[in-house]
Amino acid sequence: MIAAQEQPVRELVEHLFRHEAGAMLAWLCRVFGLKKIDLAEEVVQDTMLQALRQWSFAGVPAEPAAWLRRTARNRAIDILRRQSAFHKREPVLAEMFQARQQAAGSTTLDDPIADDQLAMMFACCHPAIPADARVALTLKTVSAFSVVEIARAFLMPQATIAQRLVRAKRLLVESGIELSVPPAAELGQRLDSVLQVIYLVFNEGYTAHHGEDLVRQDLCSEAVRLAQQLAGDPSTSRPKVHALLALMLLQGSRLPARVDSRGDLLLLPEQDRTLWDTGLIAEGMQHLEESSTGKELTTYHVQAAIAAVHAASPRHEDTDWRYLVDLYDQLDSMEPSPIVRLNRAVALGMASGPEAGLAALTQIENDRSLANYYLLPAVRADMLVRLGRFEEAADDYRRALALPCSEPERRFLARRLEACGVPTAATRDA
Amino acid sequence: MPQFMLILKETPGAYKKLSPEEIQQMIQKYRAWAGKLAQAGKLGNSHKLMDEGGKIVATKNGRLTVVDGPYSEAKEVVGGYFIITAKDYAEAVELVRDHPHAPMGTIDIREVDPMTGAQ
Repeated sequence: MIAAQEQPVRELVEHLFRHEAGAMLAWLCRVFGLKKIDLAEEVVQDTMLQALRQWSFAGVPAEPAAWLRRTARNRAIDILRRQSAFHKREPVLAEMFQARQQAAGSTTLDDPIADDQLAMMFACCHPAIPADARVALTLKTVSAFSVVEIARAFLMPQATIAQRLVRAKRLLVESGIELSVPPAAELGQRLDSVLQVIYLVFNEGYTAHHGEDLVRQDLCSEAVRLAQQLAGDPSTSRPKVHALLALMLLQGSRLPARVDSRGDLLLLPEQDRTLWDTGLIAEGMQHLEESSTGKELTTYHVQAAIAAVHAASPRHEDTDWRYLVDLYDQLDSMEPSPIVRLNRAVALGMASGPEAGLAALTQIENDRSLANYYLLPAVRADMLVRLGRFEEAADDYRRALALPCSEPERRFLARRLEACGVPTAATRDA
Repeated sequence: MPQFMLILKETPGAYKKLSPEEIQQMIQKYRAWAGKLAQAGKLGNSHKLMDEGGKIVATKNGRLTVVDGPYSEAKEVVGGYFIITAKDYAEAVELVRDHPHAPMGTIDIREVDPMTGAQ
């Protein structure tokens, strides 16, 4: 063994183990069959632990990904030999030898295992699996998150996640789900379920309920990575895949500007747009372009277009509000939602003035699903401020503050209330 | 300069529940620790011991006995060792303080007797 001093220091590609664990699990499930997913998971975990124990002492090998795959393959061969199923599975085993060149940042190009990973995504999002379990199963199986990590990311008890996974895995094994990318005829619908899961993962990471948490940022990048795999494969590269990818990249580009130094949430008008990630914006615009090739128009398309309007505006006041109103109208006609109409009212208030915005708000004021939504009074307050009606605005900010919202949002509203310059109820009564 | 042997002991299965991400972070911490010591010229040899097998040799009533062990059910097994250089125990403890193995098991620190090395 080489003495420690002589070892070159090798850095591991970020998330290498997570990504390789997902790739190896998918491949092993094809080798052993999806029914043996527990065995496959054991082989993956043993491989990871062997790397931990050896590399901790001997250093990181020259090609870490190839080392991991070789080790997993050898374990698989051992197991198959014992089951005397080796010869039958030999062609599949040979593929591991073509383990991809480990290039930093490259996703799945020319990787024989990429297909298995796509197939695994479809299996985890299969309609036979209950919708609430698909997300957990995908994160566990495709993305190699642990139960603890999933529970932390979704702010749920570990026991709940563990139970869901047990149930989902049993269905995965018992429903006779095939580990394959669905044929073209079924692809559209099956893809919808996969995209839904990916977008849920992204949104969970993007909606900052609770300050900064690395795991939550991981959710956003993992969702983007999964969509990139779908977009990069000819069999699944449909326009709606590009639309969702564009949407996530364009929204993700704003992440660095969304919180200030105190961890407070900053809304679009307040964000320092120079902090937006121009690389992600460019990539997002590219995929938006690719999404506009087919006949199918999805809500992802419209949402991506909305995100693109913001991304293309160097300043808040440059925003094309008129176009945004149209896009929200379109979105509302596809999937009617009071939240969309609330956003439309904001855009209309900017395009045609606060009176028009207020008028639009009156149409959704009594919508019961918005009864506890702090943004409704907050948006109305904002328009009242612009009309100089500070007393009414202050009342609405107080109403908003009485509704459930996160700490940064609360501080944001309190700041706005203070700016109204209206004495608080307590001092007024005194 | 005195040399110290770090004997890493762990509970079998202590690492079983780690996620791939955590395993990667652990490896990076190990390498960072070894790198820091190597740069300061304080790192000597290190070895991991094989996970499987192991024999315990003893003499009972004048007869040599050989049994398999330590078993994986054992509470603690030696997983590997590092040799480091430090001026005294205080410095050795300081150097081990951020060793990534520390939260996962125990580390025995023993000074190597310089008068006893075989030539």
